[in-house]
Amino acid sequence: MDKIWLIIQREYLTRVRKKSFLVVSLLAPLLLAASSLAIGKLSAGAAPDTVAVYDNSGLHLLARLVSNDDVQFVPALGPSLAAAEAAFKKAAPKQDALLYVPAGLGLDNAEGIQLLSNGNVPLKRQNLVRSAVSKALGALKMERSGLKQETIDNLQAKIDLTAINLDEQGGGRNDVDVTTSMAYVLSILVYMFIFIYGVQVMRGVSEEKSNRIMEVMISSVKPFQLMMGKILGIAGVVLTQFGLWLALSWGLTTVLVPLLLKDKPAVAVAARPATATNAAPAPTTAPGSEAAPAAADAPPVAVPRPGAPFSIWSLLSGLPIGSIIGGFLFFFLGGYLLYSAMFAAIGSAVDDQTDAQQFMFPVTIPLILSYIVSINVIINGDPNGPLAFWLSMIPFTSPIAMVMRLPFGVPLWQLLLSGALLVAGFVGVTWVAARIYRVGILMYGKKATYKELGKWMFYKG
Amino acid sequence: MTPILEALDVRKTYAAHTALDGVSLAIPEQSIFGLLGPNGAGKTSLIRIITQITGADAGEIRFRGQRLSPAHIGEIGYLPEERGLYKKMKVGEQLLYLARLRGLARADAVARIKQWLARLELTPWAQKNVEDLSKGMQQKVQFIATVLHQPKLIILDEPFSGFDPINANLIKDEILELRAQGATIIFSTHRMESVEELCDSIALINKAKKVLDGPVAQIKNQFKTNTYEVEGRGELLLLHPDFEVLEQHPRENGHVYARIRLHAGATPNDLLRFLISQLEVQAFRERIPSINEIFIQRVGETMPDAVAEAAHAR
Repeated sequence: MDKIWLIIQREYLTRVRKKSFLVVSLLAPLLLAASSLAIGKLSAGAAPDTVAVYDNSGLHLLARLVSNDDVQFVPALGPSLAAAEAAFKKAAPKQDALLYVPAGLGLDNAEGIQLLSNGNVPLKRQNLVRSAVSKALGALKMERSGLKQETIDNLQAKIDLTAINLDEQGGGRNDVDVTTSMAYVLSILVYMFIFIYGVQVMRGVSEEKSNRIMEVMISSVKPFQLMMGKILGIAGVVLTQFGLWLALSWGLTTVLVPLLLKDKPAVAVAARPATATNAAPAPTTAPGSEAAPAAADAPPVAVPRPGAPFSIWSLLSGLPIGSIIGGFLFFFLGGYLLYSAMFAAIGSAVDDQTDAQQFMFPVTIPLILSYIVSINVIINGDPNGPLAFWLSMIPFTSPIAMVMRLPFGVPLWQLLLSGALLVAGFVGVTWVAARIYRVGILMYGKKATYKELGKWMFYKG
Repeated sequence: MTPILEALDVRKTYAAHTALDGVSLAIPEQSIFGLLGPNGAGKTSLIRIITQITGADAGEIRFRGQRLSPAHIGEIGYLPEERGLYKKMKVGEQLLYLARLRGLARADAVARIKQWLARLELTPWAQKNVEDLSKGMQQKVQFIATVLHQPKLIILDEPFSGFDPINANLIKDEILELRAQGATIIFSTHRMESVEELCDSIALINKAKKVLDGPVAQIKNQFKTNTYEVEGRGELLLLHPDFEVLEQHPRENGHVYARIRLHAGATPNDLLRFLISQLEVQAFRERIPSINEIFIQRVGETMPDAVAEAAHAR
């Protein structure tokens, strides 16, 4: 036990002391902060799209096109389409597109409407304009059918849908976008780190082998101690890196970014809480901006109090944070241990890195597949469906699948069962890996095949 | 006195081939023991069993009368033929790491590393990465790593390969010094001249079996053929029924060289008396077979091909 501790120390210290470790540890949070800042700055400065309207239909559509935060409609200048085009081109940077409504536009079958622009029209803008025109035409039709504006207003039901998570840990309300983003971020972290550090374990082993230091080491310690020492030492490196990232990102995003964004008037934020969410320096909420107005109408839970400095951390308050952190650490570590034992066995079986490719395949496939399948089944499907359940039970897929399910809330019994299965899987895989490792590390010049690896498992000590 | 290490009928089989087939050895305390044998004879397998890298299928290894166990790891030092160190680790740190894995306390290790580095003139390199050292210096570092924990039994597999003659001598002196301080050295090699120089006793392994062992002087005696080398002025004409001239050829300035075997019953003095009547004797000595000759002879009995190859290579 004393010796394995020495090995863990060496593996940990030689890696943490490297300059590259420091660089990555410092740079990643800086990049995160920088991108938060950039998104914050950009969305703060983003003006609504301006669309000039040249209406030849005589329907006076411009009056009925509703401008909002995303898009504004202004009259086009000029008596003819050509003149309007020329004027639009002149005003180009200020105006984003020119909407042309042709003469004799049928209300039932509106054809020939064009959106002219310099360069391609982004899909989002097309959709905004399409829905505005459609609403305008719809309103016009209702008016013509003799309905009063008042009646029309009454006919339109106001919909306000808030997803409520009844799980006690869920804290009552549930922001689907934050949950989804969280699931993405956590699972990609697990995937990346298992991959990166699993390969490091493999490299370390094959380096020891090609350095020919194995024989000296194995005459002092048991192969199993050497293997586990390396795996655990590198696990320590991962945890240190996580810790540094978390601390630095927290520090940078909560302290530095608000300071730099301070010139953004707090009054404007207070007046329009809805845009506060849009403008907030929160990369994780970027895809969730459409949902923000709804959240603003509802009593704000995840959205910060007006005027208070915004932080992505406050968004997380609606999630079962305790079980996410605990579960994440457990399933990440379990997955890392399981996969790195396999990577260690590969490293021991080959004489040099290039030979490792053929054995990498069967190890990386379950990892990649569990990520891709989990996204489709859990995030885009049902996080508590039967497929999601099984993915989060099988030890080879559960580290990613279960972590992805965590933000959605997972029943305790499933967590415990999956955890137990992962531990059992880890013990089993490590046992097999150690038997291959023990033979592989002293086997030089023999090209390993799967058949060979199978035989090694049954060698006597 | 109990031998420091005993092997009793040790057997080891890998998938299809037998590496050790009932090998028994006894290595006396405070001696230098040569473990000889052609490539693939089973030397490395035996060493790996003694260093507890692998286990024997059958038989037993005893260390000072006790069955060999992990408790003995700290008593054994091992320099493998394939040298290797962590390239990106500093010399001092590396030695400390390896010594502590052998069970040495930190403070002791630090003090001894300092001594040894000074002794082998490596002190200025203590803070350098191993990869920045020349190959010879790396070898010295590895030698230090082998003996740092003051093992009672030191196993050196081809210790001189990769050393220039000066450093080889330096290491040879260290080996003798270690023996003087009470250590036992197992010395596995093909280089017979170093065996003659250093070893007190040897064992010859061939095709997984021990073919010969014992003190060097005794083995040489055993392989003596009662042959004498003679050099003198004149001509060796007569043949005597007691002696057989195996070989005779003239040397420059009228000298003659001959190899003569005594038949049973004849003494060297008889031969000398006979020679004096024929030659002006300038040199007369018994021909003692070198370990190299014994090696080739014994291996040749079981492996004629290997010997032909070796002879060809010479």
